[in-house]
Amino acid sequence: MTSAARHPRWVRIAHALAAVSVLTLAFTGFMILMVHPRLYWGDAGNDLTRPLVELPISRNYKHGGWDEGIAFFQSSSGPTSASRTYDIFNQNGWGRSLHFLAAWGFLFTGIVYVAIGISRGHFRAHMWPAARGHYGLLQRSTYAAVVFAAAPLIVATGLTMSPAVTAAVPALLRLFGGYQSARTIHFFSFVALALFVIGHIVMVVRSGFTRQVRAITVGE
Amino acid sequence: METKRLITRRRAVIAGMASVGGFLLAKYPKLPPTYGNLLRMGDNLTYVAHRTLLPGQSLVREYAESDITSFPAVGTTNPGVTEKTDLGDQYRELQRGAFSDWRLPVEGRVASPRTFSLSDLKRLPSRTQITRHTCEEGWTAIGRWTGVPLSVVLDAAGLLPSARFIVFHTYDDGIDSIDLLDALHPQTILAYGMNGRDLPIAHGAPVRLRVERQMGYKSVKYLQRIVVADEFDDGGRHGNIQNGWAWYTGI
Repeated sequence: MTSAARHPRWVRIAHALAAVSVLTLAFTGFMILMVHPRLYWGDAGNDLTRPLVELPISRNYKHGGWDEGIAFFQSSSGPTSASRTYDIFNQNGWGRSLHFLAAWGFLFTGIVYVAIGISRGHFRAHMWPAARGHYGLLQRSTYAAVVFAAAPLIVATGLTMSPAVTAAVPALLRLFGGYQSARTIHFFSFVALALFVIGHIVMVVRSGFTRQVRAITVGE
Repeated sequence: METKRLITRRRAVIAGMASVGGFLLAKYPKLPPTYGNLLRMGDNLTYVAHRTLLPGQSLVREYAESDITSFPAVGTTNPGVTEKTDLGDQYRELQRGAFSDWRLPVEGRVASPRTFSLSDLKRLPSRTQITRHTCEEGWTAIGRWTGVPLSVVLDAAGLLPSARFIVFHTYDDGIDSIDLLDALHPQTILAYGMNGRDLPIAHGAPVRLRVERQMGYKSVKYLQRIVVADEFDDGGRHGNIQNGWAWYTGI
């Protein structure tokens, strides 16, 4: 085993915390999406408006349980109000709280990881395209993209879904084109992260599963 | 040498975290006391972070008339039909009289308890705002709300210095509360109009709360009574907390 594969302790701890929070975020995020499996663009979107995509991931998919709508204004093609007559799947009571608890873990881990990584030259040594280290160019750029693009994008679009945060920082809504756009980007940037995790695990398996898992956990 | 430096850095991090924690505990000595489990501690962390890091009374985005969208009515859509309780009977009775007999008591830790009729509220200074309703389910809708700022109503009753929470009792048998920062926010209104008409029954007639910096379910419908409290009241089985929902939902 080369010495570069032996990860320092702070990397191993950060990796464990990130793995736990990302898995929890993925699980609860999927459950939250099951409650309203429709994605939109712009600021507003609901069952009475046209979605960008609908995902067949829960019994709420195209449930059709609405009474006939009443127009708010004179025009019959304008906005309507309709009451829901269907008992939807919804576990958001604990699902959302667990999602946010894991998000705090993800955020704290990320901040400490990036701070230590910069101060110790970890990123310069292992992730900069010009680095001459253990990893290949594609691998280096992928790790850099996860840490410096996908993760911050997921956090920022997540924060854009907080009405208290966007009241204080309205620029977030302008940046992502609205609440629902942020929600859609949040989902697709998570999908990109999930694809990375799958590729990451495939690489670990192919390059010697036991040895790599030992290197990232106990560090031997 | 390497090991020694590591310990120093770790100590610095721990000392930093301890001082932040100490500062927060000093500033918020009384968090909602029913929050015992891990999930609710996470909610409290969000609450404390928002109240500490975000500026106090920044306004949510307001939209143009042309941005108004269709608006689903979910949860209780008519307490007179769905609630087989005294409250449901009372609501049906009020509905028959077009809510002319509806009264909103404002009581608790106030200098002079008051009771407002619908026309009393309409005579007070009004605010109209086109805002986004953000449902915890994931959907959003934009509507125009007209009502009286909650701060105006609370001023009329006179908050006592010990007041900390505003508790709302509703005709759909619910109890929920907000803190004073949200209660006195300029966009927190008791809304009696929606999209230029009287508030429809499906959306909370005759009067609902609008708390624009929190998730939709904090904007409770079918107001029945307002109680000013100096202690946190989780509402028991009528409240969201004991049913597993977060109390603070600015996120």
